[in-house]
Amino acid sequence: MLGKEISALIKKDIQLEMKQRYAINSILLYVVSTIFIAYMAYQGQIETKSWNALFWIIMLFSAINALSKSFVQESPARHIYYYSMSSPQAVIVSKTIYNSILMMIISLLTFGIYQLFLGNIIKDYSLFFGALVLGSLGFATILTLVAAIASRSQNNFALMSILSFPLILPLLLSLMKASNLALEQASNGIAGMKILAALFFLNVIVITLSYILFPYLWRN
Amino acid sequence: MVNSQNLKFLASRTELPINAQMIYRFFIRELAAVYYMKRNWWKYLGIAFLLYAIIYGFMVRIPDTPIGESLRNVFYHVGMWFAMMGVLTSSFINSIKFLKTGDLVYDLKAEQAVRVSFLFGFLGLITGMIWAQFTWGEPWANDPHLNGAVVTIIVYAGYMILRSAITDDEKRGRVAAVLNIFAFVMMLMLLGLLPRLAENTLHPGSGGNEGGNPAFGDMDAAMRYVFYPALAGWIMLGLWITNIRIRIKKLEKHIEDKDWN
Repeated sequence: MLGKEISALIKKDIQLEMKQRYAINSILLYVVSTIFIAYMAYQGQIETKSWNALFWIIMLFSAINALSKSFVQESPARHIYYYSMSSPQAVIVSKTIYNSILMMIISLLTFGIYQLFLGNIIKDYSLFFGALVLGSLGFATILTLVAAIASRSQNNFALMSILSFPLILPLLLSLMKASNLALEQASNGIAGMKILAALFFLNVIVITLSYILFPYLWRN
Repeated sequence: MVNSQNLKFLASRTELPINAQMIYRFFIRELAAVYYMKRNWWKYLGIAFLLYAIIYGFMVRIPDTPIGESLRNVFYHVGMWFAMMGVLTSSFINSIKFLKTGDLVYDLKAEQAVRVSFLFGFLGLITGMIWAQFTWGEPWANDPHLNGAVVTIIVYAGYMILRSAITDDEKRGRVAAVLNIFAFVMMLMLLGLLPRLAENTLHPGSGGNEGGNPAFGDMDAAMRYVFYPALAGWIMLGLWITNIRIRIKKLEKHIEDKDWN
């Protein structure tokens, strides 16, 4: 029952997106312009720390742009209609899964365009892509819950940015550490595993928390 | 109070049954004193611990380290952070209770606790910066503990901003409680998990030290006798300040309700 609700809601979100392509296009434009500006600034000669920092800054801002619209896309009346028919757990899980898919696509696109302009200096591919996947999942889960919280207040977008930056920081710090390691050495045994495990752990905790807490947010 | 006069009075009335009501009336002052102590013993204990920490903090023998006498700051600086965590834990518990019962009193308690946590957070940062200036040569250094502490304060500032952005009481309480629970868990991870993951931080006890707890570092046995009571004292002080603020707000609300009705 729950699975059917979740898949129906995800299908609805994907169909909405396919029809208008609003989110994907705006994010793509944003990503390409920022990477292009970075490329113009560095003129092709970039060192590892700057590569790292710029990549994650661009990822962070595209994530916030993409996910701040999660809960405000439909008109209020339709919102009430949809969500009176499904359980709150189904809503939050479907939103999280949909946002994770979106983030995964955005992060792969970002990485592709980034390394096109600014070069590919990764040495440890498995650590980097592990961090990328877990990181985009992390962005999706944390920002979905923050968007849910911010959507219940008056000025949504301002609150979304204020709330999301400090809460995203543990995730971002771990990601930068992991990718720094991946850019410097070709194989990082224990240290890399520790960070990936921490990222996985963080994702699990945030998903559990949003599953438990969302019904209280959604009540009326 | 029972004295010879009352005894005579009692004796002269012995045909009346001595019931609980009479006993209560005679002992009411003692009963009130016992009740008061039962509720407030921890406040006096907290003050005792703090006095002990302040006096013995400067008298206890400390090991010979490069930072010298400033090692004594560990009784006060670390205490600030423990007080902040204690107060935030009480805020967390009250948020859970509010979500479970819907009683707005818990929401009030959670909010006041967050306000008090700002006090201890800023004091912790200031004592840390003074100490850092002496030991590391600069008031701010790139250290996960410091960054984690500042981000914690920013998260709870976001909590206060969220509260100011919603007008309906019950909705505000619910949404704020959800953010409080989420923020608390994330902060546990920021302050607890990340500094242990990081290698070579400036704070003692982390990095190369396997069993080290980043808060405690290397402390002598004699220092621990002052350290643990000091921590308990600071936590109790934080909770007392929160308690007073809650009672003031409750009274203000009571007066406001009476004015309207």
